[in-house]
Amino acid sequence: MSAMTDPPRPSFRLSQLIYDTRYRSITIQVVALVLLCAAFWWLIDNTVENLAVLGKDFDFGFLGDRAGYDINQMLIPYDNSMSHGRAALVGILNTMLVAFLGCVTATVIGVFAGVLRLSKNWVVSRLMAVYVEGFRNVPLLLWIVLIFALMTEATPQPRDFREGGSASMILGDSVAITNRGVFLPMPTWGDGAAVLGLVVVLSLIGAYLYRRHARKVLYDSGRLLPMVWPALAIAIVPAVVVYFAFAMSTGSAQVRLMAADATEGQSVAAYGEAQGSLSVCVPEGTIGLNVQRLLRGQDLRYSESVFATEAMAIDAFRNGDCNMVAVPAGMEQPLLGNPDIAVSALSESTTRGAPVQFEKPVLGGFNFEGGVQVRNSLLALWLALALYTGAFIAEIVRAGILAVSKGQSEAAFALGMRPNRTMNLVILPQAMRVIVPPLISQFLNLTKNSSLAIAVGYMDVRATLGGISINQTGRELEGMLLLGMFYLALSLVISGAMNIYNNRSRLKER
Amino acid sequence: MADPAIDANVTPPRMEVSEEIAVQITDMNKWYGSFHVLRDINLTVHRGERIVICGPSGSGKSTLIRCINALEEHQKGRIEVDGTLLSSDLKNIDKIRSEVGMCFQHFNLFPHLTILENCTLAPIWVRKTPKKEAEQAAMHFLEKVKIPDQANKYPGQLSGGQQQRVAIARSLCMKPRIMLFDEPTSALDPEMIKEVLDTMIELAEEGMTMLCVTHEMGFAQAVANRVIFMDQGQIVEQNEPKEFFNNPKSDRTKLFLSQILGH
Ligand SMILES: Nc1ncnc2c1ncn2[C@@H]1O[C@H](COP(=O)(O)OP(=O)(O)O)[C@@H](O)[C@H]1O
Ligand SMILES: [Mg+2]
Repeated sequence: MSAMTDPPRPSFRLSQLIYDTRYRSITIQVVALVLLCAAFWWLIDNTVENLAVLGKDFDFGFLGDRAGYDINQMLIPYDNSMSHGRAALVGILNTMLVAFLGCVTATVIGVFAGVLRLSKNWVVSRLMAVYVEGFRNVPLLLWIVLIFALMTEATPQPRDFREGGSASMILGDSVAITNRGVFLPMPTWGDGAAVLGLVVVLSLIGAYLYRRHARKVLYDSGRLLPMVWPALAIAIVPAVVVYFAFAMSTGSAQVRLMAADATEGQSVAAYGEAQGSLSVCVPEGTIGLNVQRLLRGQDLRYSESVFATEAMAIDAFRNGDCNMVAVPAGMEQPLLGNPDIAVSALSESTTRGAPVQFEKPVLGGFNFEGGVQVRNSLLALWLALALYTGAFIAEIVRAGILAVSKGQSEAAFALGMRPNRTMNLVILPQAMRVIVPPLISQFLNLTKNSSLAIAVGYMDVRATLGGISINQTGRELEGMLLLGMFYLALSLVISGAMNIYNNRSRLKER
Repeated sequence: MADPAIDANVTPPRMEVSEEIAVQITDMNKWYGSFHVLRDINLTVHRGERIVICGPSGSGKSTLIRCINALEEHQKGRIEVDGTLLSSDLKNIDKIRSEVGMCFQHFNLFPHLTILENCTLAPIWVRKTPKKEAEQAAMHFLEKVKIPDQANKYPGQLSGGQQQRVAIARSLCMKPRIMLFDEPTSALDPEMIKEVLDTMIELAEEGMTMLCVTHEMGFAQAVANRVIFMDQGQIVEQNEPKEFFNNPKSDRTKLFLSQILGH
């Protein structure tokens, strides 16, 4: 019976491969794939052959060799005795640093400029239009060079910060803006820093849980708990309490400076003069930090050795490695009780500090010392990337907000919702859907554009792995492959993360 | 009659109009910049009254009803809704908006929320109704507008008529005492107009106070107890439907009626 309902069996002719819509696309794909494979095979085969003729092989072993060049801006310890692999890692981190800073700043700038460009205030919206058009229509490279030049030319030299000089540090003498870069205080972790970190993480989780709880209460009982202030309080108060608890408990502990061949109660300066040269042994952590601060404040030249524990610092002092030692009050006993060495306390003393302390940069011989130096190359690159990409993001944000019709907010208002809540529950969820996909490509652009670091000498991965390393080792094929793979991987991670967000919030149509 | 959606000969429902005043507008004027949109509007709406507002495009009908729930600001005169004076005081605006529901020409449903979520959003966040209760109420009103089975779909998956009925249900979930309609059927295909008008008629029969901008004259004759004609920002004429359609007084009304009724 079934034979009667069988559809007529189509006869297959070869020409169908080209003209029949059912086969046509498959045919094209197969042909394209074959051609592509052939092209790749030819490329690789040729390269391998040519390398063989030159006596080169395909080998990543150079990554383990000594690099021998310096990198002036780094996030992890590095010196020129380390390997090319390590140098590449420093470069990778530098690229990721400027990409991350750039993306965050560009987003903030873009959101502000985009919203302000919609402002009813004529001056504000014109200003934003000028910003957007100005940055969008001039090549990024010019902006990077221009900003770098401005930063180098318009900022004072470190020597201008000397007494009587024309420049001075800002923010309570903690930040110096110079033509060699910006010097910032460096955070150092003291006693209780780990506990403080843990508390910060826990309270952020707590704030998040509170918001979920508040929503649940609203859904269950209709009680609208305040959301913003309690969440902020949960996030901040415990950390502040812990910080001060540690600061108080250790802050009361005095640190004594002890010296050999000193008269009791002599000042450090007088002692230093008498001795000719000053060297001090300090235990690691807040004590060392505060002693440093104390001594730097006196405009003394001194050297210091840092030890893991107080006992080790004391031992070194006994052995005569230094002529001064800093110990917490109460620990002088083993020193004073030692008959071999005459020890007395100097007049200066300091206290142990808080869990997090900031080591300020201080003007040294030719430049600032201590603190963190952020070079102008990083700043200029960061600023230019952020401003340039921010202009594009501003347009994306503006389009996103305009894409949500006025009717949406009117409907929400008519239902009695206030503007704030309307923004959060109605406008933003819709605008984000329009904004996120183009935002992804802006982030990708920024990341790849960061390789323009070459213009200002910022040591990103292109400059280390893709620059000096391949010049020195002649491994340009391997180096460029790795470089390409790094950018590819970074781009895939960024777009993957954003796509997850995007898929979760896609609009459902029929 | 140009409008086949409603049988004009249906007996007007017996709906009580109380003495209580729902909306009182006195000497209200509004400008857009230097453009005088509304001139000396005086209007008193009693509780339970159904008022239809008509007039040529651009005559200020939308602006008038949008002033009632403060979507537009008026510059002169008084508007009182349920005894609350409409001022720039946020508390008063909140109170009035929670008592006045509104349906728009283009529905304005929230496309990122399901039908049910559309209906529960404001009750939860504004009225502070527990979610379960809000959902029960929403289902009740969705049943009333005859689309309970679409509750978990998104607005984009519904037809225009269904969307407008959801919009009505969404307003009703806030338990308003007054409903404003701004041309609720003029963006709809003809076969969907009836289902929306039927819903509105049902609402009228339950005694809801309604102000409705519409050109559905069949609807006006079936449920309105007053028809208002506006032109160039003024109320030109108002009368009960029979008189209004059979004996229009001003020439402008006559002209308008002849245009809209198509002879
Ligand atoms: N936001 C606005 N800005 C300026 N003029 C407006 C605005 N909204 C409406 N108008 C003008 O006000 C007049 C009345 O508009 P509207 O109330 O929408 O008329 P109707 O609803 O009767 O068609 C029209 O001439 C319109 O152009
Ligand atoms: Mg209108």
